[in-house]
Amino acid sequence: MSAAVPQGRRPHHLTAGRIGVYAFLVTAALFFMLPLWIMVVTSLKPMEEIRLGNILALPAAMTFEAWTKAWSSACTGLECNGISVGFWNSVRILIPSVILSIIAGAINGYALSFWRVKGANVMFGVLLLGAFIPYQVFLYPLVRIFSLTGIYNSLTCIVLVHVIFGLPTMTLLFRNYYAGLPIELFKAARIDGGGFWSIFLRVILPMSTPILVVATILQVTGIWNDFIFGLTFAGRENLPMTVQLNNIVNSTQGERAYNVDMAATMLAALVPLVVYFVSGRWFVRGIAAGAVKG
Amino acid sequence: MSTVSVRDVTVAFEAVQVFDGLSLDIQEGEFIVLLGPSGCGKSTLLNAIAGLLDVAEGQIWINGKNVTWEEPKDRGIAMVFQSYALYPRMNVRENMSFGLKMAKTPKPEIEKRVAKAAELLQITPLLDRRPDQLSGGQRQRVAIGRALVRDAAVFLFDEPLSNLDAKLRNELRVEIKRLHARLGKTTMVYVTHDQIEAMTLADRIVVMKEQKIQQIGTPDEIYHRPANLFVAGFVGSPQMNFIKGRIENTGEGLSFLAGDRRLSLSGYPFITAPSSGQDVVLGVRPEHLEISSTGIWPGFTVDIVEPMGADTVIWCSDAVGSVQVRTAGSRRATPGESVTLHIDPSQVSLFAADSGERL
Repeated sequence: MSAAVPQGRRPHHLTAGRIGVYAFLVTAALFFMLPLWIMVVTSLKPMEEIRLGNILALPAAMTFEAWTKAWSSACTGLECNGISVGFWNSVRILIPSVILSIIAGAINGYALSFWRVKGANVMFGVLLLGAFIPYQVFLYPLVRIFSLTGIYNSLTCIVLVHVIFGLPTMTLLFRNYYAGLPIELFKAARIDGGGFWSIFLRVILPMSTPILVVATILQVTGIWNDFIFGLTFAGRENLPMTVQLNNIVNSTQGERAYNVDMAATMLAALVPLVVYFVSGRWFVRGIAAGAVKG
Repeated sequence: MSTVSVRDVTVAFEAVQVFDGLSLDIQEGEFIVLLGPSGCGKSTLLNAIAGLLDVAEGQIWINGKNVTWEEPKDRGIAMVFQSYALYPRMNVRENMSFGLKMAKTPKPEIEKRVAKAAELLQITPLLDRRPDQLSGGQRQRVAIGRALVRDAAVFLFDEPLSNLDAKLRNELRVEIKRLHARLGKTTMVYVTHDQIEAMTLADRIVVMKEQKIQQIGTPDEIYHRPANLFVAGFVGSPQMNFIKGRIENTGEGLSFLAGDRRLSLSGYPFITAPSSGQDVVLGVRPEHLEISSTGIWPGFTVDIVEPMGADTVIWCSDAVGSVQVRTAGSRRATPGESVTLHIDPSQVSLFAADSGERL
């Protein structure tokens, strides 16, 4: 036959190395899927089934009871209104924090990369330094400052904290993205008579969609997953979902309701999960764009 | 009256001085080309004129007004960039009217000016397209249109054709020249590293190197009477031939001597009188050399033949070095052939070997 003549597409053979790669990938996938699997099946089982100890088994009598209980009637300490309270608290914290921190970061990044303000590099360095100091160091001083100014333990307080701590990363992200845009665009806009705000709003911001998406993803997941700031600054009425989840899981008396704990955890993880699934493509692209250039 | 006047301008980036006391006067309606290799400071000078860069010392005057401290928009200038710099999220019409909108021009006036510029540049059918739907040539045309609607007294071009392919570059070059002629009194300052653009477009060329002006002159002066070795070598393709030698005062006047080759300089218009025995470099354009049996310099061998269509460049070498000779396109030669060269002594340039300055 003519098989010996190299022609057209090169044939692919399944080699030992390739089998090894697939074996590794499948094992790794299973390893990371396993906890999720356990959480899902456990949350769908009644307690009798959980007591049997077959944690990997599918539920025999599937029920959503644990989910409804976790959402609306699980006990967080003394109150038993479920995790829904925390969910709405988190939403109330999330929306202004994300919007304000992105606006602040975008303006900062724009000013730093285009307007070359005097001392811009020093300021940027200080800002970056702030990003590397452990948060815990700031907690006590911030608590003192906020209680002195009288906004401690309020929604304003927690939003402000998120905006402040989001500033270094947001500024870095936007600065690097803007450093990759051609400077001639900015020059052209200046000759056309644009000022600081009109260039930002009319020329630069319309070109920022990719990085705005990335910033939104980072901030939504980051702020949603926050625990320590929420616990410290939000006040009792505004405790975010993460804190309430912890209360539900830790405040059980008598038998531990594993199914409710699992369901509550899944509910708390839902928002970041949805964000990742919806925007994974943008996320990778934007991270690369922000990292390589600049 | 000069429209643009750069007076003793010093530009400094941090601690590095880019220019030190640079001056340049540009007349109204003049087409000035700043020519030089990359990094020579030509774009920096343009940015300083535009006001996109602060000058450390000196003044910049445009249209009889000291604009040194003015914002770019208040200088009466328009600028075209190498990367076109069109606003990507606006269509062509919005791109062209952005500056007028910023200046709060009334709407009917904006429409009138955009329509006029679009017609002049033949981009009317493209007005509703976005920049990413345009070809490179169309984009640059739009960028020129955006500059045109500003009705500026001075146009600044920062290597506007460098991103285009050769054919488009030629087309647009002619169009820019035509535009300058049609606009009449508009002054244009054009930065390029392409000597052909410089030669074809300019009323006067400013040749720059290492942040210093080397020579200011008409294309003719720059080409035929280069002020120093750098200008002589930078302008002209194929490059000017340089032959090292010295000046000797024989009985019947000065002559150039390289080895046993001799060229009488009796008709040469010296700027500064050379001393006998001084080391010099003789510069001869390839078209001022001729292969001729009655030539004065025998003993060359044909090295390489480069047919270029319109003309043929023949590299001839002897024991010392090689020179390029530009001959008619139909001329053919065989490598290894021995030839005699003729030099037209009225067309040569002489430079001092030590300073590189024209003698």
